Amino acid sequence: MLAYLVRRLGLMLLTLFGISVVIFFLLRIVPGNIVDILFAAAGYVDPADKANLEKELGIDQPLIVQYLHWIGGLLRGDFGYSYVSEKPALQEILPRIPITARLAGLALMFSASIGIPLGVLSAVRQGTRLDYTLRVVSLSGLSLPSFWLGLLVLTAAVAMFGQIPIFNPNPATFLEAFATYAVPAAVVGFRSAALTMRITRSSMLEVLRQDYIRTARAKGASDAAVNYHHALKNAILPVITVIGIEAAFLIGGLIVTETVFNIPGVARFLVEAIRWRDYPIVQNLVMFIAVVVVLANFTVDMLYAVFDPRIRYTD
Amino acid sequence: MRSVRALAAMAVLSLLAVSTAAFGGEPKQGGILRMYHRDSPGSASIHEGATYSLNVPFMPVFNNLVIFRQDVAQNSMDTIVPDLAESWAWVNDNKTLTFKLRQGVKWHDGKPFTSADVKCTFEMLMGKSQQKFRQNPRKAWYNEVNDITTNGDFEVSFNLKRPQPSLLALLASGYTPVYPCHVSPADMRTHPIGTGPFKFVEFKANESIKLTRNPDYWKKGRPYLDGIEFTIITNRSTAILAFVAGKFDMTFPTEVSIPLLKDVKSQDPTAVCVVEPNNVSTNIIVNSTAPPFDNIDIRRAMALALDRKAFVSILFEGQADIGGTMLPAPAGLWAMPKEMLESIPGYGPDVNANREAAKKLMQKAGYGPDKHLAVKVSTRNIPVYRDPAVILIDQLKSIYIDGELDVVETANWFPKVARKDYMLGLNLTGNAVDDPDQSFYENYSCGSERNYTNYCNKDIEKLFDVQSQEHDLDKRKKLVWEIDKKLQEDVARPIIFHARTGTCWKPYVKGVTVMSNSSYNGYRYEDVWLDK
Repeated sequence: MLAYLVRRLGLMLLTLFGISVVIFFLLRIVPGNIVDILFAAAGYVDPADKANLEKELGIDQPLIVQYLHWIGGLLRGDFGYSYVSEKPALQEILPRIPITARLAGLALMFSASIGIPLGVLSAVRQGTRLDYTLRVVSLSGLSLPSFWLGLLVLTAAVAMFGQIPIFNPNPATFLEAFATYAVPAAVVGFRSAALTMRITRSSMLEVLRQDYIRTARAKGASDAAVNYHHALKNAILPVITVIGIEAAFLIGGLIVTETVFNIPGVARFLVEAIRWRDYPIVQNLVMFIAVVVVLANFTVDMLYAVFDPRIRYTD
Repeated sequence: MRSVRALAAMAVLSLLAVSTAAFGGEPKQGGILRMYHRDSPGSASIHEGATYSLNVPFMPVFNNLVIFRQDVAQNSMDTIVPDLAESWAWVNDNKTLTFKLRQGVKWHDGKPFTSADVKCTFEMLMGKSQQKFRQNPRKAWYNEVNDITTNGDFEVSFNLKRPQPSLLALLASGYTPVYPCHVSPADMRTHPIGTGPFKFVEFKANESIKLTRNPDYWKKGRPYLDGIEFTIITNRSTAILAFVAGKFDMTFPTEVSIPLLKDVKSQDPTAVCVVEPNNVSTNIIVNSTAPPFDNIDIRRAMALALDRKAFVSILFEGQADIGGTMLPAPAGLWAMPKEMLESIPGYGPDVNANREAAKKLMQKAGYGPDKHLAVKVSTRNIPVYRDPAVILIDQLKSIYIDGELDVVETANWFPKVARKDYMLGLNLTGNAVDDPDQSFYENYSCGSERNYTNYCNKDIEKLFDVQSQEHDLDKRKKLVWEIDKKLQEDVARPIIFHARTGTCWKPYVKGVTVMSNSSYNGYRYEDVWLDK
């Protein structure tokens, strides 16, 4: 087990190194840099001013020097400065992480707590009206773009309650605080819940046809015991995999949701940073996301062993 | 005679101001004005930016030497009033502009304001000081200023190379605040210090900008508000919904499009909304250095093919203006008379006749029904650029020109234009001050950094200087009309239309005036108050 863990750790570091190279050079391949954008916004360009600014920001140096400077800084805990706000990158990124983490966590909770039970229900009631209804709901969850759903929710809230559940940094009531995160989490989690539901349903249907389920029923086990104790336990592995992948992909959905609900989280900040070609912010944020994804995958792999005793990680 | 007219104008304006105050009731102190901001500005330094995204939140932090009256919609020489200067005078054959400065004014950090601050602000703008701005987009505004001299702590003079009456208007713009000498340009980008009615509290990128009342403001009794909070909302639909839901007292100024305005009024009938020109023209930049647009006939044919009314009715439901370089009347002060405008090729009311003439020019250049000219129409990938570009492509079809839309990301737009890597471009040009000096020199002067098309006509250049030195307003206007007409005839940068946009606020917000000939100068907010 220890050897496996060491090997996984090594792979994780290798993956992160690869990502650092890819993100660094991809960013530089994209045409235009912060200086171009600043001068584009000003509608003029003075070659001397431009050269000075590029020198000041260090983007006039060879790419390899810039890369080593960044990685060296990361290893020393120096994340550099945002080109736009001129504040330390860490100071810009850190306050936004809890906001996105809360939102992503709630969205995943929403996804699992809605998707898994409804998936089980749909499977055990296969072919009934309830099953068809749930399948339509799940299909619509997969089809509706989250920005559209978000705007629809906001419009409905304004039309029906005269309130708009966008981000409020200083909520006055618990309800406001809850709405700040719960509504966007539900919007972004809806798609994820739909996917979870479909995977749970198909996985359950496969398991429910197994011989041991028939045996359990023959032995007089109750429906609940059969469905939740015997079947779900064995059907859950693909669902965990999907939730793990969704956790990684959630950041994509959050970009749109954070924009629509005006949430000052990491995802929206990343888009703005890309728009401004704010290299220190983009590089460090992507590395942070990469670490989260790598860790999420690692956690999922570990969870397999917890849920399925047959799985053992040995060297 | 001029003084009498100015006095009369001032009297009328005063009456208007009094009546406005009467309708608004007695101003109340207190409250925070909540507004959304359309985007996150790159910094907090007005001098280093060229977007009103900076002026709106940061103009209240500063004072100018002089300023356009904030309660009069139309900026003009007659509405310029003292700010940090108590008075001004043109001396030395109108080649020196001397300001007597206000005494006892303090910067927000408690240090005293003196003539040294004025001198170092403008020397930095002229590029003559040790400290430099990271960017200095309006350096050209001070091309005619030779140097700046002080006489004691409270008198400062701008010594000009030649008379330039419009300098006063440039100094009254929201783009011309006085900066403190003792704060570096870098610090001004992150924590601006001013003398204005509101102090800077914080700027969280992509989140919010907060200002608080300056209790030591030199203008007693102002500002009325305790503070202003801008929440940055980049999604326009969310922002408008939040305004309707009462989350904000006011929309971002001049940011509500005409179709959206209808939505706002239908969802919140109590909202007060005004529509004004923002002095931003939508125009075509033509690369006349390379084929096919190095051929004047093809350029003229393109200008003749424009159906400007169609643009205005499709994009603005009829609420935009057609004119030349200068903003059209009645909001614009320098607009050509209607008859003169319509005498310019392409501006006549008979679009079909114009297009027939255009077709003949195209045929002369070797194109026709069997041989179309293929062009790329480049533009920024933003709706206000992209939408008119699509209409332009459609209109060009009528004269054998097949356009293909080439959308360019903002970061690459200006570099592309600068290296002349385009055939036709659809562009927007904003004017901070409704004055020909700002517009002509910036956009059409030989060698100007913002003269994207490199249009250069030495004869017109001379006329730029003549009008610039003319103190007689009527004479100057006639010169400006001639220049504007010539620019359109030369297809220097064909103007399609001048946009109008909306601003809305809740009925309890009082003292708001939306400027009608500039969207850069009306954000001091010291007279705004909340009636609740």
